[in-house]
Amino acid sequence: MKQGNFIDNLPKIYGIYTGGFIGFIIIMAIAEQMGMTAKAIGIAFVAFTVFIYALIGYLSRTAQADAYYVAGRQVPTVFNGMATAADWMSGASFVAMAGGIYFKGYGYMALLVGWTGGYVLVASLLAPYLRKFGCYTVPDFIGTRYGGNLARFSAVVVLTVASFTYVTAQINATGTIASVALDIPFQYAVYIGLISILLCSMLGGMRGVTWTQVAQYIVLIIAYLLPVFWISNKMGAGFFPHFMLADEVARIGELESQFGFVKNSAADLATVPKGLAGITKAHSAVNATPWAFISLALAMMMGTASLPHVMMRYFTTPSVKAARKSVGWSLFFIFLLYSSAPMLATLSKLSLIDPTLSTGIIGKSIAEVQAIDWYQNWNQANLMFISDFNGNGTVELNEFFMGGKAVVLATPEIAGLPYVISGLVAAGGMAAAMSTADGLILAIANAISHDVYYKIIDPKAETAKRLVVARVLLVVIGFAGATIAAMEIQGILGSVIWAFDFAMSGLFFPLVLGVWWKRANRQGAIAGMLGGLAAGTWYLVWVRTGGSGFLGITQLTFGIFGSAVSLVAMVVVSLMTQEPDKATQKMVDEVRVPSGKTILGKQ
Amino acid sequence: MSNQEKHWEKSRGLLMITLAIWFIFSIGIFLFGAEMNKVTGPFGYPWTYWFTCQGSLGAFVILIFWFANRQEKIDEEFGFSEREDE
Repeated sequence: MKQGNFIDNLPKIYGIYTGGFIGFIIIMAIAEQMGMTAKAIGIAFVAFTVFIYALIGYLSRTAQADAYYVAGRQVPTVFNGMATAADWMSGASFVAMAGGIYFKGYGYMALLVGWTGGYVLVASLLAPYLRKFGCYTVPDFIGTRYGGNLARFSAVVVLTVASFTYVTAQINATGTIASVALDIPFQYAVYIGLISILLCSMLGGMRGVTWTQVAQYIVLIIAYLLPVFWISNKMGAGFFPHFMLADEVARIGELESQFGFVKNSAADLATVPKGLAGITKAHSAVNATPWAFISLALAMMMGTASLPHVMMRYFTTPSVKAARKSVGWSLFFIFLLYSSAPMLATLSKLSLIDPTLSTGIIGKSIAEVQAIDWYQNWNQANLMFISDFNGNGTVELNEFFMGGKAVVLATPEIAGLPYVISGLVAAGGMAAAMSTADGLILAIANAISHDVYYKIIDPKAETAKRLVVARVLLVVIGFAGATIAAMEIQGILGSVIWAFDFAMSGLFFPLVLGVWWKRANRQGAIAGMLGGLAAGTWYLVWVRTGGSGFLGITQLTFGIFGSAVSLVAMVVVSLMTQEPDKATQKMVDEVRVPSGKTILGKQ
Repeated sequence: MSNQEKHWEKSRGLLMITLAIWFIFSIGIFLFGAEMNKVTGPFGYPWTYWFTCQGSLGAFVILIFWFANRQEKIDEEFGFSEREDE
């Protein structure tokens, strides 16, 4: 594949690809009409898309370090935006977010604000400067800016803790979707998911991951938006749901006050299968204190700016200018999905709880609901449950329970859309989880192969040997992640949020101050990274083991405490020790202007 | 003051404005979430609800593109923008 031509032809290539994918959806729709079974459609969707990604991964194979680590630094702005959006939007965004909003309403939407607002920090504080630096990995920046192996190694430690926490959740998500779509046990599905993930990244490194992520973005955004628009139109809620659901939101509020939020007794709740929840919070009313909302949003924003798998996407743009613009495009592509999630939650909730709609189940008799096809399917999958707590024979608001995943996965079926849409949604969820897992595994493997192996252990290693080490690590880390995922220790969403907190605890201030504060030195940075990570981890363990916490910081926002400790440690230690030498200060000056060669390119 | 110092001073000014706008949409609004939610906002949604699910998100997108353009202008003004062939 000739690179120059390939870059120029990108719009055409992905245009054909998108057309082909839509063609595939239509073929599946026709096949469904002709009697293809739901199960076969699900398998076809997942198998077909994963095959395409693997093909792209194979075509992107490379033996050059620059292509392997930073895709040759020639990814155009808009395409890098799409790749970042796919990298960013994980199984949690795709499968769990609408569900979270469905159950928790406003308080949960702090995540929407946090996971988008963080990009303003990325664009203004970090991405362009790190691009100018010309590093391969985030620890590469820390190691060169502050100097010394200990600083570099500390950054690798923080990166590994944060990214590994994140990646187990993503492999878990690919496993969940593969096990539903292919109808195989979760323990095996996890490894099928892992192999699909490795097929994209093994041969081509960052180059392979970049071009598969663009392809995955296209699949996941079609899979998310198509059902939202379709359901909205089918329900007569409005042609363009984002602008037209005000009446539906108001109607939900009306129904909520009509039904009331009845609190279930602990004994009743104990009969509900694990992981399912009922509607206990108002949909659109402000149901969280300002601090609860803001602290969660803030933690997610600072975490965004510290997560290495996102940051390293901006190392692949052709210039500093392009890196800035690319952040804007990334957020635009993310915005398309995130602004739709609350709309999906609204449509899903209304279609289930409004007694005047044919799909509504509240107020119907228990036996009647139990006879509905989709209820039986999702009940079997352990994602839906009703129980007649008060014994009056009809389903009440507090007697209906659903898994968070079911909102995205089951709503098309509930609304009566053809099964082809459910197959499409499964493919979209798979794309979302795979693309994020790829980015994360690559971030860890690259940091260890480049920063630990090449920069610390064997600086004379040849490129071929370095790339072999990188690939071996990729497989090892992938399998470690899958093994932990197969144990199913924590839920998808909780561990994703933890990853943000770990990242911000250890990396936010060392990264930002590395550019914005010349006086920051090695000792300070090491204290900031290790102190922040240790403080954050301590707080998490303390709260998890029954500690009361303080200042309203919960186990979901422990990064606020961690990063505060990190900031104080970094400033105090920096000021107590010698200021960085002249060469380092000059380096910082050069990072601050876009023109000229990259810092590492000069050495 | 050298050219480079002036460039950095202006860049820092732009950063402050950017962060101030960011603060309003990410934190400021939600300090008064309960009060503002009583008001009917754009497209008929309750005000705070609309900002959490669309408004703030859209504002961030616009803010980043605006910031990128302004920073490019600053870089050009002081002769620090990249040459196309680099």
